Amino acid sequence: MKQPLLVFNEKGIYCQKADVYIDAWRPVDKCIVTHGHADHSRWGHKQYITHTNNVPIIKHRLGEISVTGKAWNETFTINGVKFSLHPAGHIIASSQVRVEYKGEVWVFTGDFKTEDDGLAEVYEPVKCHTFITECTFGLPAFKWEPQTEVFKDINEWWATNKSEGRTSILFGYSLGKAQRLLKHLDTSIGKIYTHGAVENMTEVVRENYKLPKTTLITRDTSKEEIKGNIIVAPPSAHGSTWIRRFVPYVTASASGWMTFRGARRRRAIDRGFVLSDHADWEGLLSAIDATGCEKVIATHGYTDIFAKYLREELGYDARTEKTQYEEESAEVDKKIENED
Amino acid sequence: MKDFAQLIKKLDSTNKTNEKVAALTQYFQNANDADKLWTIAILSHRRPKRPVNTTLLRLWATEISGIPLWLFEESYHIVGDLAETIALILPTSEEHSEKSLSEFVSEIIELRTLPEEEKKKYLHDNWLALNYFERFVFNKILTGSFRIGVSQKLMTRALSKATGIDEDILAYKLMGDWTPEKTTYKKLILEQNDEDYLSKPYPFYLAYAVEDNFQEDLGPISDWSFEHKWDGIRSQVIIRNDEVFVWSRGEELVTDKYPEFQNFLKEIPNGTVIDGEILPFGEGEIQNFNTLQTRIGRKNISKALLKKTPVILNAYDLLEWQGEDIRQEPFSERRKILDGLIQKINSEEIGIYLSETMNFETWEAAAAERDLSREKRSEGLMLKRKDSPYLVGRKKGDWWKWKIDPFTIDAVLTYAMRGHGRRANLYTDYTFALWDEGELVTFAKAYSGLTDAEFRQVDAWIKRNTLERFGPVRSVTPQHVFEIAFEGIAESSRHKSGIATRFPRILRWRKDKPIAEANTLDDLKALIPK
Repeated sequence: MKQPLLVFNEKGIYCQKADVYIDAWRPVDKCIVTHGHADHSRWGHKQYITHTNNVPIIKHRLGEISVTGKAWNETFTINGVKFSLHPAGHIIASSQVRVEYKGEVWVFTGDFKTEDDGLAEVYEPVKCHTFITECTFGLPAFKWEPQTEVFKDINEWWATNKSEGRTSILFGYSLGKAQRLLKHLDTSIGKIYTHGAVENMTEVVRENYKLPKTTLITRDTSKEEIKGNIIVAPPSAHGSTWIRRFVPYVTASASGWMTFRGARRRRAIDRGFVLSDHADWEGLLSAIDATGCEKVIATHGYTDIFAKYLREELGYDARTEKTQYEEESAEVDKKIENED
Repeated sequence: MKDFAQLIKKLDSTNKTNEKVAALTQYFQNANDADKLWTIAILSHRRPKRPVNTTLLRLWATEISGIPLWLFEESYHIVGDLAETIALILPTSEEHSEKSLSEFVSEIIELRTLPEEEKKKYLHDNWLALNYFERFVFNKILTGSFRIGVSQKLMTRALSKATGIDEDILAYKLMGDWTPEKTTYKKLILEQNDEDYLSKPYPFYLAYAVEDNFQEDLGPISDWSFEHKWDGIRSQVIIRNDEVFVWSRGEELVTDKYPEFQNFLKEIPNGTVIDGEILPFGEGEIQNFNTLQTRIGRKNISKALLKKTPVILNAYDLLEWQGEDIRQEPFSERRKILDGLIQKINSEEIGIYLSETMNFETWEAAAAERDLSREKRSEGLMLKRKDSPYLVGRKKGDWWKWKIDPFTIDAVLTYAMRGHGRRANLYTDYTFALWDEGELVTFAKAYSGLTDAEFRQVDAWIKRNTLERFGPVRSVTPQHVFEIAFEGIAESSRHKSGIATRFPRILRWRKDKPIAEANTLDDLKALIPK
């Protein structure tokens, strides 16, 4: 029997023909990395290949590594297998990986979203035979509003808090979500302050992307100067002592999980904005449709349910594969932090 | 509906009591009377009867959404709330409805009587005329009660702020079996009226559990009157105008369930209201609470059942005497009248007993009495300040419960189900088993007792160690031992293990114990009082 072009083994997604891994979760010799989040760009590979704009990001996270940057749509051939990277729209410099051998094409999405968020390179549908897709939000309960609506709500929320003399604290993962928030906050309302983790990552991102001015909160930053302004912080800062010095404040989280009332109430966050860097139900289905694929492999998220729907309702040859990316097994609260 | 949905959203998006009260107060100041009345009703769990069963709701919602029913069910298990799931899967709508809350509720009441096709059309039209959150609120009214962290106490406080009427007076007005269909805001809240007075109970006074080293804080022990804490159904029995009314603590009128109390009319004068505990009673003594269970759920109380599980009222307080509200009299005075009344009448014949009051000179003596609780089928001791009035609701200071330690047993986690509400999408509802001849036998379910962090940990473990899935339930590898606490225990033919436990909950996660060291069913049986 013919060996599939890509297989899932104990180290990651593997192309035997080229002896290359994609987003491996154990140390390997050569690894193509879709984006800078920790579960996709792990430590310890001998050689990394990723999009040029992602190079400074993973270097910031992983230190001195051997890494080659590629441009969008630039084909590189390894042992007769053609690879290329295409925008996934998930976060800044996030890619899908196209793999072609003897006319057979596979695409691995990594994480993706179909909406243009005004910062990340916009998702590009790539024709293929087999589509390996994430389905973090693969349930019909997930339906994103256009981000212009969400940011209108976020900015109104900030303005209201300011008028009530309170500081706004907005949680978003330090890579991706934080910069997307920064990009669309209305700076006519006030100043944007940042938590150290967000500031450091944003500084790296600024190499290739234009973002509004931010002010790092230091020990010397007084409560009075922050009052009424907005703080962008990673979710881990919620409930920390760091945060208590900004009383009176109001907290909000921006995440796809905020769709669920329960998820927000459980974390005792004042306000939840449904804003995700993953595709929603319709986004997933339209992306699959646009590839013209016959086979679908669902990796992380509500894989069983999603694959069943594709098989039974839409007639795809769909199955699931286990990966070590964010799965259903990771509980929601952790997901709020890692989703982005 | 817009305003009401806005209110619910505000209440839902804060966990600060002051902000909740402020939002409610503002709403009560601005809403029209009909909406105010329905808001009070809904927040005190008086929603209209369900007009459409949930099977049809699911079916119609999936039809509109164009998704298969199985996918709806899967989504529901994950979302953990039916109203929320329906609101989420319906197509988004840009429509706005200007109908008010009370208009919607009137239509929902009317809907019950309509043929199925019209029900379907009504839901279709209205679902699509509401935005997501309004739709969620609408579904909540259709399907169930609101759990949004607003207690009746909190609502009463807001209403008091908005109207200037005293909180305790409002609490009294809101008691009883009123419904918005039969009254008005003006009548219920603003006017003084005697019409509903006949059956109206007083708000119950509820005790807090004692705190550590409470003995030091309570002052001289001679200030305190002690009673056993009886394990039955807390009730208020009203005798007025030659009628008897029995109210449960959940403000449910349960007169019909206890026909034996009609005998009170023979001996107890009109204008008497007694606070006490309904207890199963046979062969001259109090029976296990479990025997009461057979009566609680029944709609019709047959003669055979009355004979099999007779009940009595164990009286411990008197709230009204000779038609006068005497709640402000000191406890000792109220008890003096109550004791006098019960001693004077043929109390045993009509099924009313006195909850004996006790005085102790030392805390050691009180503790010794508390140690006898299990024998006496009580849950511990009640402490009541002798000079205290009868307060409204749960208030600290004058009444305390000093319960005995619960029973405990170490059991193995065997099944798990996702929780609801704030635990949606987390596996937090567990089934526990004990060893019996080398097999694990299910004995109890428990949902509470772990911290949020522990629940997250167990949830993650469950997702990785699932053996089988049965719809929303997962069986898991037997690996973790938990100490389970419970209040009561009795033999039961309805349970697989043959044992029923009362109020089981998780005391702690015994990470130190391998499953081989969990307890056996025989260990559990040994706990049954002889």
